[in-house]
Amino acid sequence: MRSAFWRVLGLASCLAVANFLAPPAPAQEKDKVFKLGIVTFTSGPGAESFGTPGWNAAKRLIEAFNRGGELPAPYDKIGFGGRKVEVSVIDESGGTTKQVQELRNAFDRDNFDAIIGYISSSNCLAAAPVAEEMKKLLILFDCGTPRIFEDREYQYVFRNSSHATMDNVAIVRYLQKRKIKLATAAGINPDYAYGRDNWKDFIQSLQKVLGTKTGSELWPKFGAGQYGTEISALLQTNPSIIHTSLWGGDLQAFILQAAPRGLFKNRLVAIMAGDHVLHPLGKRMPEGVIIGARGVGGPFAKQSALNDWLVASTQKHEPGVLPSQAHYRMTQSVLGLKSAVEKAMAANGNKRPTTEQIAAALRGLEWDTPSGKIKMALGNGHQAIQANAIGVTKWDQKLNRMIVTDVEVFAAECVNPPAGIKSEDWIAQGFPGAKCD
Amino acid sequence: MSSRYAIPLLAALTLVILVVLGKLLPAWCVFLLVTAFAKGLAALGLVLIIRSGLLSFGQGLFYCAGGYGAGLFMLWGGVHDAALLVLAGGLVALVLGAVIAPLLAGYRSIFFATLTLALSMLAHGALTKADFLGGSDGLNLRPPSFIGFQPANSTESVYALYVFACILVVVFSLACRVHFNSVRGLLSLAVRDNEIRVEYLGSSVRRVISENFTAAAFLGGIGGALNAIAVAHIDPELAFWTTSGEFVFVAILSGYLSVAAVFASSIALEFIRSFSSQYFPNAWQMSLGIFMLASILFLPNGIGGLLQRRKKRMKGNKPA
Repeated sequence: MRSAFWRVLGLASCLAVANFLAPPAPAQEKDKVFKLGIVTFTSGPGAESFGTPGWNAAKRLIEAFNRGGELPAPYDKIGFGGRKVEVSVIDESGGTTKQVQELRNAFDRDNFDAIIGYISSSNCLAAAPVAEEMKKLLILFDCGTPRIFEDREYQYVFRNSSHATMDNVAIVRYLQKRKIKLATAAGINPDYAYGRDNWKDFIQSLQKVLGTKTGSELWPKFGAGQYGTEISALLQTNPSIIHTSLWGGDLQAFILQAAPRGLFKNRLVAIMAGDHVLHPLGKRMPEGVIIGARGVGGPFAKQSALNDWLVASTQKHEPGVLPSQAHYRMTQSVLGLKSAVEKAMAANGNKRPTTEQIAAALRGLEWDTPSGKIKMALGNGHQAIQANAIGVTKWDQKLNRMIVTDVEVFAAECVNPPAGIKSEDWIAQGFPGAKCD
Repeated sequence: MSSRYAIPLLAALTLVILVVLGKLLPAWCVFLLVTAFAKGLAALGLVLIIRSGLLSFGQGLFYCAGGYGAGLFMLWGGVHDAALLVLAGGLVALVLGAVIAPLLAGYRSIFFATLTLALSMLAHGALTKADFLGGSDGLNLRPPSFIGFQPANSTESVYALYVFACILVVVFSLACRVHFNSVRGLLSLAVRDNEIRVEYLGSSVRRVISENFTAAAFLGGIGGALNAIAVAHIDPELAFWTTSGEFVFVAILSGYLSVAAVFASSIALEFIRSFSSQYFPNAWQMSLGIFMLASILFLPNGIGGLLQRRKKRMKGNKPA
């Protein structure tokens, strides 16, 4: 028995050794493909709501690129500038130490040309300096913290989607524009940096704009699943508006437990990222809830050839499912990379561009996506801003699904800080330089 | 050759081999070894506790204390030298360990394990709420220097880090080996076997346990600081129970008989995790679980037990 164990272990280590002693693929073979890695949750609580949808979106998009001509112009060229794209997934779970190891392996051992990834802000923060040190292209896609490009400058790291500040500022702008009167505001947010940052952004903006008083702040543990006590507390303090940045299974559980107890009646509830639970909850999602989708995606997406393609491709593989936040943010990240590679190639005489050339092309770039135009306006052209939309849920009998009504779309420059000012200070100073119509 | 010099000589030889090996291996592999060494150092501390018959489920507390100690010393103190940072991390953990040790020394078995677990989760909870320390997102560190040497590129900095880690590993392994063979070290095994007898001999069991716990805290801090410098990021996850669980796994896989086995187990764990997450991105946790089950079933005394048995067998074969 024991020797069998060692034989297996021996075999496994031989395989492992053979793996990295194997001669690297011939240079020509390597030049032909663009190796793209996607880091996202394939396990754990983030997988169902963001990880798997994000990976599916990336995979389908790349498959369509490799067949070529399926997407509308300017995305109709094969692969990235004629080069086929080889895409694989890396699991984001396991903590920052593991993620840093994996990122180094990905660039150093597996020779990825670029990585798009990270849902968790702590993983984004840990991964960014590593890519910078290794001089490799890293595109962050979903994490929210504005700290990344506000605390440091990068040459090789980008975020092709907005940070979380606009998600909360947009809700306040919505309340302001719709002239909704509020006496007190309460918050129920997950007890970690993401939840705390969201609440801070929301309540500070709200106090600035409407002068609303703060009611209770509730901090359930991430993954708590049971919100009975919090719901009682909220019912007792009876605030005019409840803000939440709960997400995924937590958000679903909260809604399912709060709705029968009447929390959604006679009071506003604002969910800063709520579109991803509309499909799983179906009719059990209450009407009249203010939701955002972290961009003009999901139910807010405007009709366009690109969006039609995304909706059709999602429904082909997942019947009945409308693409949501993760699909949109991943799609815009991949489209941004494709645009940058092709722009860099054109500037390089149609030859394979270097990482530096791709980074230079992506810096300050603007491109069209299913969620509208993305502009790399912040962090020296490394951090995107995009428009945001807020609306109210309503059941549509004909479509047999939840839709959004009373939608307000806010321009990117209205809900995102201008370059050169930290989000926190921008809110504290009363949104200087915001351009709203 | 007298056995007095055998162990230091062996240590020096190991260091030379490791340093040369680092030049031959690819950078990703070297980095993996650095993180394996960092975890191995913390697990080595845990082995000290296990030798006296106790299991700490809160070694992550000191790993975290070392990480934050070194990290904040860098960010607030402006110190960039790796040796000073690791020393600072180790000392922070040492002080913390010395404060906690007398409180815990009166508890045994599951009570000891759960108390250590509770303390580390307390630290995790507090750090998550500490906005000025970046909350659950943690803080980014800057690249370290090595006694005046500032690596110019990524490969150089990984190799410098590796050499530094090798020195730490060899120095602390040597110290532990010497300690294991000493009267104080053997007393730990006696505590494991029969506490009353140890007290009757005139030694204090509480003191042995306190000392082991404090030394374990120091090693945990050194490991945590090394990890913080290597990963260049610190977050409360370092004190989460899964981190402590990993040390327990490494310690169980290695057994308490051999120092080298601790690092061998730590390296094995890192490599298995890395390759299984490359080949089975959807089932890497399961491969780790299978490996854990297999090692408990087939190697109940750990890798160290295997080495020890081979040694004994070789001795037994010699003509008397």
